Amino acid sequence: MAAKEPAVDIRGLQITFDTDGGAVDAVRDVDLTVAPGEVLAIVGESGSGKTVTARSILGLLPETAKVSGAVVLQGEDIVSVSAQRLRELRGTEAAMIFQEPSTALNPVFTVGWQLAEGLRSHGKYSKRQAMAHAVEMLRRVGIPEPELRVNDYPHQFSGGQKQRIVIAMALALDASVLIADEPTTALDVTVQAEILDLLRRCRDEFGTAIVLITHNMGVVADLADRVAVMYQGEIVETAPVRQLFAAPEHEYTKKLLAAVPRVELVERPLRGADESASEPLVRARGLEIEYPGRLGRKPFLAVKGIDFDIAAGEVVGLVGESGSGKTTIGRAMAGLTPVTGGSLKVLGAELRSVREREFRPSRKQLGFVFQDPATSFNPLLSIAECVAEPLIVHGLASNPRDARDRVDELLEAVQLPKAFGDRFPHELSGGQRQRASLARALALDPKLLIADEPTSALDVSVQARVLELFEELQERFGFASLFITHDLAVVDRVAHRVVVLHHGEVVETGPTQQVLGAPSDPYTQRLLASLPVPDPVEQADRREALASLRESTV
Amino acid sequence: MSEKRTFRSLMGRLPVVHQLRQSVGLQRGMLVAGLVITGLFLLTAAFAPVLAPYGFAQLRGDDGLFGAQQPPSAEHWFGTTVGGYDVFSRVIWGAQTAFLVIVIAVILSIFVGILLGLLSGYIGGWIDRVLVVIADAVFAFPTLLLAIVAAIVISGGQSNLWGGVMAAAISITVVFIPQYFRVIRSETIRVKSEAFVESARVIGAKTPRIMFRHVFRNSTRTLPLIFTLNSSEAILTLAGLGFLGFGIQPTSAAEWGYDLNKAIADVTSGIWWTSVFPGTAIVLVVLGVTLIGESLNDLADPRLRARRRKATTPADAVAATQPVARDAMGEVL
Repeated sequence: MAAKEPAVDIRGLQITFDTDGGAVDAVRDVDLTVAPGEVLAIVGESGSGKTVTARSILGLLPETAKVSGAVVLQGEDIVSVSAQRLRELRGTEAAMIFQEPSTALNPVFTVGWQLAEGLRSHGKYSKRQAMAHAVEMLRRVGIPEPELRVNDYPHQFSGGQKQRIVIAMALALDASVLIADEPTTALDVTVQAEILDLLRRCRDEFGTAIVLITHNMGVVADLADRVAVMYQGEIVETAPVRQLFAAPEHEYTKKLLAAVPRVELVERPLRGADESASEPLVRARGLEIEYPGRLGRKPFLAVKGIDFDIAAGEVVGLVGESGSGKTTIGRAMAGLTPVTGGSLKVLGAELRSVREREFRPSRKQLGFVFQDPATSFNPLLSIAECVAEPLIVHGLASNPRDARDRVDELLEAVQLPKAFGDRFPHELSGGQRQRASLARALALDPKLLIADEPTSALDVSVQARVLELFEELQERFGFASLFITHDLAVVDRVAHRVVVLHHGEVVETGPTQQVLGAPSDPYTQRLLASLPVPDPVEQADRREALASLRESTV
Repeated sequence: MSEKRTFRSLMGRLPVVHQLRQSVGLQRGMLVAGLVITGLFLLTAAFAPVLAPYGFAQLRGDDGLFGAQQPPSAEHWFGTTVGGYDVFSRVIWGAQTAFLVIVIAVILSIFVGILLGLLSGYIGGWIDRVLVVIADAVFAFPTLLLAIVAAIVISGGQSNLWGGVMAAAISITVVFIPQYFRVIRSETIRVKSEAFVESARVIGAKTPRIMFRHVFRNSTRTLPLIFTLNSSEAILTLAGLGFLGFGIQPTSAAEWGYDLNKAIADVTSGIWWTSVFPGTAIVLVVLGVTLIGESLNDLADPRLRARRRKATTPADAVAATQPVARDAMGEVL
């Protein structure tokens, strides 16, 4: 393979952005080559320049970017090529798969039309031929009944199918290089495994070179042949995938790999087992939550009669794919979404048709950590004021200055320096904000903490630290918690008990070790098998196990 | 140290100051020009009694009557009107009237508009529906027609200074309230679904507290912009009212629209000074305020905002965009 001309050859790439704060070097002196039929993964934290590097291959950079160096694609330098030639190259030589399939497709045209449009704009096909080719492409990426589905609109496909269509569009003109920017981040694990299989097939059958951008080391282990690790705009290490996972050389790579959560099945007994005899903090019986439909449509039943308990001091992990109703349950427990059926008792208050006034006293014992730390703070208040807010609302302090001692204590508990209290939310990084968010949730020393995907918006290394902190705080304050997540490895780290949700129903529940170690429900089994392990050797075995499991369950 | 920091960040967050610092090139030029013109207008309004050589209703000086339609001279820099008033003095005094109308109109409409917008957006339900229908109905009327009706109702034909000013201001208010209402309402609806508002709800904060502490300040960011655009519209409406004869009598206050109205006949007989100066005053003030508004609008949008080409060093630039301390490996604690 080394003898062949590389599909992409990046030399001395330097990209600078003009921002409000002046020019920022996003990519510094990057050299990369991708051979035909090779999957190169670029990994790194957000802001490390991995997306910008990959997009430069297609010349897809915003106007504020200044590029120097050379990006040679099939013998042509993208940096110096004309806009007209660049347009011709896009699609025919290199194509892109986007992160969010639902926004990459135009909702007002049929998928067949969109596929054909790409073909015809390069002038190689007549209208009829293009349509026939579109059907053929849909078949190749595994859309069932492509002759009929070709006339469907994007919203009639599921998320995974949409991503398949996006891949079909990228492949339609036989591009020799595919750039996949986080192609599975927006998808559930079971769908992710299928898309990764499809990408693998693209490489094997069409000999396409793939540049895979991802922050998920499991995906890297599953698909990549070679890995480039980026850190602050520079490539710190490039190595074949097995070598990288087995013997990382650079300090940063080592830290990155160490931070990746794995399912380890550590036994996590609940302390104070005698408490389980007393009344649980949360008791759901036949809980139903319905979203009202739009005019003339049936209401949507998000949660279909589920039972679960959370005892004092217990961390319950609520796991499920998107649309399983896990966030809805968390929101209902905090009184943000009304309960429409069954019974949900939280901290002694029945939440079905509760009035806000009656529930307010219980809120003192309830904390909530939101998914996105960027939006969960009032941008105009300082961190100290935000953290003091619960104290003020519940009359424990009359103003933020009054509460400052307690706020400093809390910031210390979440390992933030006191001085950070005077900063504004935008002056903190994601991980720091999420820690401040924990501080706010703990301000009133709650008995129950609801954490809705608290780490999914964070980079792996930051996620590891936030999880560590969560564990530590839980041990120290002994609060019970509902920990909502889609990541089984995260649940394994924090939860005593796991509840697995599927389409609004509980499919399996039990101690973490039991559910993740020896799942009895086929859905849980599939979920676990789909989770890519950050170890290329082990992942290859698991892939086969999953394939056989899929055959047996389908 | 923290006080100094707070002061600086406060200065930086003040509407116009912040944008002025942020601006660069042509956008800065527009903003500065707007600020200078508007500043001149404000100074003129404030110091009208000092600047104007005569009173706005003065017809005679030390040596008898001024005389009608006198061309510009050493005594009367801008000449005199058909009624025998000094044009220069009336233009200067007119700034005061215009300023009063802007301030009263904006104050009256801004409070009502914001309050209604917040209520309507945050609480929603039938309050929202009723208010939106009313706002839309008001929008459907032509501004000037509405202002005329309001002027008649309010002043009842009287035309002293306060009657005229209030008539103009209130009639403008009627038109402006829906504008503020709409902007604040849509912002409120956007902010309402943000996580920090939900977090306040989870904490157990009461509705008024959420509305005023969390939603209000986050939904008023576009106000300086509408404020400036509305100010220029207020001046135009006042001038329009005056021009149509619903203005303030020359003996009560100076008003540019009224002067323009009286100058119509002069134009054909070659007497240019009675119309050009009040007209220029209107154009300048509207231009100044609009320039501020437009450049604020451009600066508020990162896609329209021009940027400095190069910071002194890349490290400075990084430090400016990422105030967060970072060590060599990932995040600092």
